[in-house]
Amino acid sequence: MFTIFRKELADYFTSIRCLVVLLLVFAVSAMALHAAQVGIRGETGTEFVFLRLFTTPEQTIPALLNFPTIIALFFMPFIGIALGFDAINSERTSGTLSRVLSQPVFRDNVINAKFLASIFTLSIMVATSMLLIAGYGLRIIGVPPSSEEVIRLFIYLVSIIIYGAFWIGLAMLFSVLFRWVGTSLLTSLAFWLFFGLFYIFMVAPALANALAPTADGTAQAAIHNVQLQQLLLRLSPSYLFLESSTVLLLPLVRTLGVITLGEAAYMIPNPLSLGQSLLLAWPHLTILISLTAVCFAVSYVVFMRQEIRAT
Amino acid sequence: MSLYDLADGEPMGKKKKIVVETKDLTKRYDGVTVVDRLNLHVAENEVFGLLGPNGAGKTTTILMLLGLTEPASGSARVFGFDSTREPLKVKRLAGYLPEKTGFYDNLTARENLKFIARLNNISEAESKRLIGQVLEAVGMTEMADVAAGKFSRGMKQRLGIADVLVKKPKIVFLDEPTAGLDPEGINQIIDLIANLPKMGTTVVLSSHRLYEVQRVCHSIGILSKGKLVVEGSLDSLGREALAEGRYRIEVETAEASPQLIKVIGKISGVRKVEAKGNLLQISADSDLRAKIAKAVVQSDIPLIQMKVQEFSLDEIYMKYFHEG
Repeated sequence: MFTIFRKELADYFTSIRCLVVLLLVFAVSAMALHAAQVGIRGETGTEFVFLRLFTTPEQTIPALLNFPTIIALFFMPFIGIALGFDAINSERTSGTLSRVLSQPVFRDNVINAKFLASIFTLSIMVATSMLLIAGYGLRIIGVPPSSEEVIRLFIYLVSIIIYGAFWIGLAMLFSVLFRWVGTSLLTSLAFWLFFGLFYIFMVAPALANALAPTADGTAQAAIHNVQLQQLLLRLSPSYLFLESSTVLLLPLVRTLGVITLGEAAYMIPNPLSLGQSLLLAWPHLTILISLTAVCFAVSYVVFMRQEIRAT
Repeated sequence: MSLYDLADGEPMGKKKKIVVETKDLTKRYDGVTVVDRLNLHVAENEVFGLLGPNGAGKTTTILMLLGLTEPASGSARVFGFDSTREPLKVKRLAGYLPEKTGFYDNLTARENLKFIARLNNISEAESKRLIGQVLEAVGMTEMADVAAGKFSRGMKQRLGIADVLVKKPKIVFLDEPTAGLDPEGINQIIDLIANLPKMGTTVVLSSHRLYEVQRVCHSIGILSKGKLVVEGSLDSLGREALAEGRYRIEVETAEASPQLIKVIGKISGVRKVEAKGNLLQISADSDLRAKIAKAVVQSDIPLIQMKVQEFSLDEIYMKYFHEG
């Protein structure tokens, strides 16, 4: 398996595809840094300054364009799909798959090695991006991170990799299911556009409004509407990840549910401890892990039972 | 040139070990039986040709022999290993050249072969030596460091043979090795294949080009609609198919002689003698050329030529297909 893993890695590192993605990594990092540089001066709090490097949006642009949102909605799906969409079917159409499988290797070694190699590549890219931001950010703000901030960032990094692995798994699933590289790419992109973007911004709110109308204007109805919308939104892996990263990067976020202003008044305006934040994000992370596992397991099973003939 | 250190030059004709054996091998796709109770036997160090029209089940048979596809029922054994239960052991011994073989276009010929050598757990030093040897054997030493994406179909096919040989296989399965090649490319491939048994490698090749099969194969099996129509060595098949199992000997003499026809007719084993002018067509139970020649010489009629009629695979093939 190591042989295939090594070859896949070498392929990734020498491909133009990875160069493009790496350029994108630099662009995203630069943008996040710029936003932080401009925005962080307007902040008033003194706690978790270092974490704000990653979360502060520039005031002049929509709040959507901060680092966690870009990572969740655009960057990770893009890298995941770029690394996985042709993993199996390109080898099948070029005829290399049957050549490799006629060697004394287990069939699952092929798909395992490909999956691992793409996760490895993805990890390097994300880690590069975060280190770039952390390094330059340190120069800009001059405040060293506390140990809790370092741990939070590390957990965030791990969660990004899990989330990226989900997209790789999904793209790979399509590459097992569809013979043509074009079909699997388009299907992956369609999935991303729908569940990552349209669903979050249009479909889920519209559905919630239709199922739980707020026309009578009671607080009950409004709460019901918001709760339903949240439930629907959480069906999207992107939203799920976004919520968990918010909790991890913003210790001041104390709940993900709905609270009334009355309830909020009783809350002590203190950041959550690391353990409590983790507890809040845990269900989200578990679901992401299991989604990744499901995607991979389905591609694994389908691949194992598939006919390998080239034509 | 010796490709292997241990090229055992076992003499042909000896009682041979059966290395590929299938028992009622059957495969169905969506209820359609593609391979139907196939019983195939391939002897060691021979070139076996799997013949049949497109869609007869040749590729499926090869895939099942390699354990790349599971049979619906029946079993296949390669060198004693069950292809379905012990596919890795089979794949360690067997090389497979798919019909549409592909290489990693971004890697050079040498790197492509190196990858395969690594998958076979061949040490770096050993693989370097082997790759040099197989590239030389297929005449691609000069192209070794060119990216495989730049190769023509003929070169790819030769590289494919090299690729199959890198792991020093005991047996190779070649699926349509000459498809899509020009005449020169076909000759190169056929010559390479013909040399393999001398190096201790059994060859099973599938094809529908009878002429090439006839040039290189010792035995053939003809498949039609998933069924094995006939199996055996080329010359015995030819006799069975076209002369009711008899030898046909043609004798040309300087002049016609009714006396000679009578004499030859009396040789034991001769079934029928037909005369067409100076040409005698003799049907016999065995190869009686020596006795016939003696009779002709004794009759004082000058002998011009004598030969045993050869059967072309075309005739055999068409005969079985009309029956099938």
